Amino acid sequence: MSVKTLTIDGKMMTGVEGDTVFTVAFHNQVQIPRLCHLGGVPDVGACRMCLVEVEGRSKLSASCMTTIEEGMVVRTDTEQLREYRKLLMELLLAEGNHVCSVCVSNGNCELQDLATHLGVDHVRVPYRHPRREVDLSHERFGLDQNRCIACTRCVRTCDEVEGAHVWDMAGRGEKLHLVADLGEPWGNSENCTKCGKCVQVCPTGALFTKGSAVGEMEKDRSFLKYIVYGRERHQWVKKP
Amino acid sequence: MGTTAPTVKDNRVKLLERAMSRQGYASHALIEVLHTAQELFGYLSVDLLKDVAKKLKLPPSRVLGVATFYNFFSLKPKAEHTALVCTGTACYVAGAKDLLEASEHRCKRALAKGETPKLTVQQARCIGSCGLAPAVVLDGGILPRVTKAELEKKLDDLGV
Repeated sequence: MSVKTLTIDGKMMTGVEGDTVFTVAFHNQVQIPRLCHLGGVPDVGACRMCLVEVEGRSKLSASCMTTIEEGMVVRTDTEQLREYRKLLMELLLAEGNHVCSVCVSNGNCELQDLATHLGVDHVRVPYRHPRREVDLSHERFGLDQNRCIACTRCVRTCDEVEGAHVWDMAGRGEKLHLVADLGEPWGNSENCTKCGKCVQVCPTGALFTKGSAVGEMEKDRSFLKYIVYGRERHQWVKKP
Repeated sequence: MGTTAPTVKDNRVKLLERAMSRQGYASHALIEVLHTAQELFGYLSVDLLKDVAKKLKLPPSRVLGVATFYNFFSLKPKAEHTALVCTGTACYVAGAKDLLEASEHRCKRALAKGETPKLTVQQARCIGSCGLAPAVVLDGGILPRVTKAELEKKLDDLGV
């Protein structure tokens, strides 16, 4: 394991070989916007929000998928990047049916928070208003495909942390959607352990606890830290 | 296709089993196995996907994800005949829209009569034969530089 030194936003930082730009920046208090990254589960680079400029590369790189290199010069917050992120957010908002005023996650939504942070006050692309399903067959939780941004956090958490791999993405393009097992209603899934981890890691109101009204769905993913790091370090008792 | 005698069916199951065994039931051979299954059965049923998932030791949702990602795989049984209309740029400019409408009209007409359509209409982004535009692949055979009238005649001959 060798240590690498790089510059992020003009500050010298160090990381271990194999670390991603995103992780190194995060540990040095540089917050790169993201929707799909989730500490403790593998990255996929699905949301493209964490795009950064790397000196010497003509293309933008997703910082969660870029491993650090010695002498790298990275910029995470330029005028151009801010504009791209804003457009990405507008595309996400126009692609699904994100109606905050009737959403269970209103006020506690990562998509909403990020849109506010990026200064998205209107959407410049036409809304698509797709027709999407709502699955309320599960006894404890619900799935609203209209609010899904295909970040695959639930897919990865179910696979890596819970080990059940109930979820996956099916179809592609505008037909991309979340499926449980072989496309049956969630409540009929044989693999689902009803643990609710997917619900807690979902950044929007796509996965929610049944019975929550508008703005009532607050998510808590502190369990991830205990499970993932506890497993790595064989530390089964929480620190007092 | 059509009605299948049980003995023929058993043979297909055996052939699929052999395809999986040839790959050593490796989970990374999923696409290859689904290809064989699609060719043998004409479509991928839920039971078939479940069987593949079990034997290749893959989560069922992953198998469904792959099966729905590629256009080649179909989850519904196909009709007796298939028409693949190329809607790539060259074909589109040369009038693929009319060909598509003519083909789809056959299905709608059958449905309106309360019959099961004998034709499955598919679209391809580009079949890579732009010199033959507009092109339709009817039951595996290519119809190059086809006009609407010619296509209608071919479809009439097939009785769809």
